[in-house]
Amino acid sequence: MRAFLSLAALLVLSGCGSSDIWGWYVVNPMTPTGWVNIKFLVNGMGATILLSVIAASISIMLGLLVALPGLSERRRIRAINRVYVEIIRAIPLLPMLFWVFYGLPIVFKSMGLNIQIDPFWGAVITLALSDSAFTAEIYRAGIQSIAKGQAEAAKTVGLNYLKTMRYVILPQAIRRILPPLANQFIYIVKMSAFASVIGMQELTRRANELVVTEYRPLEIYSLLIVEYLVLVLIISAGVRRLERKMGSDERG
Amino acid sequence: MTQDAIEMIDVDKWFGDFQVLKGINFHVKSGDKVVICGPSGSGKSTVVRCINRLEAHQKGVIKIGGVVQDGSAAALEAIGSEVGMVFQQFNLFPHLTVMENLVLGPMKARGMTRKDAEARAMKYLDRVHIPEQAHKRPSQLSGGQQQRVAIARSLCMEPKVMLFDEPTSALDPEMISEVLDVIVELADEGMTMVVVTHEMGFARKVADQMVFMDAGEIVETGTPEDFFTAPKSKRTQTFLKQILQH
Repeated sequence: MRAFLSLAALLVLSGCGSSDIWGWYVVNPMTPTGWVNIKFLVNGMGATILLSVIAASISIMLGLLVALPGLSERRRIRAINRVYVEIIRAIPLLPMLFWVFYGLPIVFKSMGLNIQIDPFWGAVITLALSDSAFTAEIYRAGIQSIAKGQAEAAKTVGLNYLKTMRYVILPQAIRRILPPLANQFIYIVKMSAFASVIGMQELTRRANELVVTEYRPLEIYSLLIVEYLVLVLIISAGVRRLERKMGSDERG
Repeated sequence: MTQDAIEMIDVDKWFGDFQVLKGINFHVKSGDKVVICGPSGSGKSTVVRCINRLEAHQKGVIKIGGVVQDGSAAALEAIGSEVGMVFQQFNLFPHLTVMENLVLGPMKARGMTRKDAEARAMKYLDRVHIPEQAHKRPSQLSGGQQQRVAIARSLCMEPKVMLFDEPTSALDPEMISEVLDVIVELADEGMTMVVVTHEMGFARKVADQMVFMDAGEIVETGTPEDFFTAPKSKRTQTFLKQILQH
């Protein structure tokens, strides 16, 4: 971490000296143009965060729904989970995004529905779907890590399947599920950059647009990387706090 | 005619290709105390687990309070209201306090109010002699205390039959008697019970009926008197000799 920051600082400093390689003026907050550019770039932050949060929330609910049949004793019901996870996990994000954004409206049209998908919701649907295969596996592993005797004991005091999950299994599993789920959120934030290719105005899209007008890819993409870095570092600090809290709960 | 609390008629069960239960016939009358013993792997735990449908049997009939156990919702309902279970590993809910462990079933499965459920929980904690532990977590209790909480948790559902699956096998030796004492008290109060155990002194004290199992079959049944002093089968004799040696 420290090595990385000093490397970044070194790059910036060397760039300030030799202006034939670096042209920091495009994002220099001291100049009026630079300030306008920075504001333009950073304004995409809200969209990136909103997109990631909504997609992650859907994925968290969808993942649980997909995980539950995977825990069944019956092979046919387990198959629902396996087929979903294997297929969704195998589709690369970008083709899925194209399919949802360009393809899905045509499917709707063939069904007589006139539904257009805007870039924001196209990206939300794709990210949530793609991520749900991974959250489903996180849930399944977490729930399976709770000893079988817990579900049996719940059954002997009269709890049905849903109540057993709600009051006995999930409250215990959540400590093992939350940290990896939070890590998965970092993955979503990074993957949200793909939304730029269908024209959603988030961080990456704005950087691309500015590059086209300023012809300064090195400086602008450097700033873009720093933007993601700050976002992800804040989230991982949150994840670490969460892990510590979960750990101390378990001991207590 | 008094109805049998538990009836098993020609019950077979397989785990894959392995037959764990072979033609089990077994009757427990209301108020009876039955002790099942036998070497490990003989199927004695499986019998108990089939009675409350933690395992499904493949052939034969199991009736609980006269209701045929076929996995239907109504049959499971009958188990829920008739049969309590105590496990070897206690299986207390570690994320809940002792009190919360006890009121969970009565409140969430039976719809009792918290006040009533807690009053009932205190009554049974008193019964197992640990009312002062109500607000601790299971991990703060000794093994013997945990098993007594588990017994109280079952009693809170006010079952007609209690099943004990090796209730003292996971305990340190000095804690065995505090758990057995509680079970003896329950027996004295007239609770119908089926106990899988290797504690032969306890068996002799409480059992009306001894059942000896080996290799998935019931080899011998009888009163403790006959069973311990004059076992008929060779296998029973060998088993008793081994287990009573020390």
